[in-house]
Amino acid sequence: MSLPEGWEMVVGLEVHTELLTRTKLFCGCANAFGAEPNTQTCPVCLGLPGSLPVLNRRAVDLAMAIGLALHATVSPSTFHRKNYFYPDMPKDFQISQYDRPINAGGYLDLPDGSRVGIERAHLEEDTGKSTHLGGSGRIHGAERSLVDYNRSGVPLVEIVSAPDIRSAAQARAYAAELRGILIAAGASDGRMEEGSMRIDANVSVHRVGEPFGTRCEMKNLNSLRSLQRAIDYEAERQYALVASGGVVRQETRHWDEDRGVTATMRSKEEADDYRYFQEPDLVDLAPEAAWVEAVRAGLGPMPAERRARLTALLTEPTDAQLDAVGTVVDLGIDGFVEAAVAAGVEVDRAIARAANELAGDPHERPGLTGEGFAETLRLEQAGDLSATQAKTVLSTLALAGGDPAAVARELGFERMAADELEGLLERLVAEHPDEWRRYDEGDDKLAQFFTGQVMRATRGQADGKVVLDLLRARRGR
Amino acid sequence: MARLSREEVAKVARLARIALDEVELERFTDQLAQVLEHVADLEALDLADVAPTAHPHGLANVVRDDEVRASLDRAEVLAQAPDVAEDRFAVPRIIGEAP
Repeated sequence: MSLPEGWEMVVGLEVHTELLTRTKLFCGCANAFGAEPNTQTCPVCLGLPGSLPVLNRRAVDLAMAIGLALHATVSPSTFHRKNYFYPDMPKDFQISQYDRPINAGGYLDLPDGSRVGIERAHLEEDTGKSTHLGGSGRIHGAERSLVDYNRSGVPLVEIVSAPDIRSAAQARAYAAELRGILIAAGASDGRMEEGSMRIDANVSVHRVGEPFGTRCEMKNLNSLRSLQRAIDYEAERQYALVASGGVVRQETRHWDEDRGVTATMRSKEEADDYRYFQEPDLVDLAPEAAWVEAVRAGLGPMPAERRARLTALLTEPTDAQLDAVGTVVDLGIDGFVEAAVAAGVEVDRAIARAANELAGDPHERPGLTGEGFAETLRLEQAGDLSATQAKTVLSTLALAGGDPAAVARELGFERMAADELEGLLERLVAEHPDEWRRYDEGDDKLAQFFTGQVMRATRGQADGKVVLDLLRARRGR
Repeated sequence: MARLSREEVAKVARLARIALDEVELERFTDQLAQVLEHVADLEALDLADVAPTAHPHGLANVVRDDEVRASLDRAEVLAQAPDVAEDRFAVPRIIGEAP
């Protein structure tokens, strides 16, 4: 999907990320997802009269880590109250940063070489979580709303991009790269499905060379796929409107993933309706140089650098290999690959196994270490484990951990001696004379037939490559 | 500085969800205007070389360590709610979404 020649879309993204702190931004209540409703609250995050906020040092560390990873400048900042009435925010204001954010001016380079400016990345508190009862279950049909304040006061950083993005695919690439950076900085777990990273998209369209059009803000973009689809839909909607003589109205629109459309949520209020004013209960936040430098020194390598490091191990990387490198870095297991390569495993094998076998949720493989991964692949490379066996060992290690060789023994994976395989092949050839004759006369497709028979007889334990070698060796005898 | 208008006071009152009748609107417009005029006296001073002051205390970087403290008992918390369902605060239905 794209706009007609001569037209372009302009996109800016606002990404909210919850920070991986133990406690909330202004009180000592636990910041943990999934607890029983309303069990993590106190007078501060419930907005009870007389309570006073005290800033969490770790949240400041992580906010600065995000800013520094995005090449922004850390500056003295202040907190403001953003006033509005809504039941998920019991104080009737959100503490945020306004004209003096902690991080300003930065950029993010995308894998395709394009650069997107970062206007700011500021600290603020999250709101409670509402669920809507009654009617169709959608917001407008709800009869009652239920509020859980466990999330109220959880630390957030809002990262605002410059309007530098020109396509839905670029927006997606930006969000994916930013997500990787947030995880690498230790600031976020990047889990969009749990709402710990949330994206709003500002979209407008205009004729190239003319001023930007009026923008609309998309909400409810709960995955990278939704983000991309919503932006494409919205740009086309606006183009169709303008091309037919209509006018785009500045408003907030809700993305409906099931129907694949955006719909008006509300007209945009004037910014000053929030009556921002300085939070009188908090003092300035002006991290001294030593604090900033300590955070900078604690930052590990970012995804771009880690991709480059893996790519450098490959001699002439193919597109598929580059994709696999991207996947491995996204999964945060490039360290596994490096450990395997250091242990003498071929780079190709290490990258392929990491990208294909460990593609699931990183939290679902608590037992796997770089060492275990490396040793398993070394056993496979040495021929002690077949490919299938190595994969099974990896998935067993992922759950329970342990020593790969011991795990393989427990699973009953023993190297099948070549003479044992020979004996098995001897028998199979005798049992299937027609198939053997055709293979012997050059029909290579039959190799698959015999390999399959061997695998069935050995319950997958034979090494397919070894079987193939033995078959070839028998030809023409 | 132009004197504060009744319309501005009415707008701020509406945003703050404060109902004012005509007499109150008149009275508060007058009172608020006096406060603003008093503060506007500062405009007579040359403050070009004075850095903005965020807070009179002169303090900065008041932070606490990231250590969990006990939260309130849920029964006690929910006792404050106008209505409760599924261990949550039940409120009249919400039109639209938070800004």
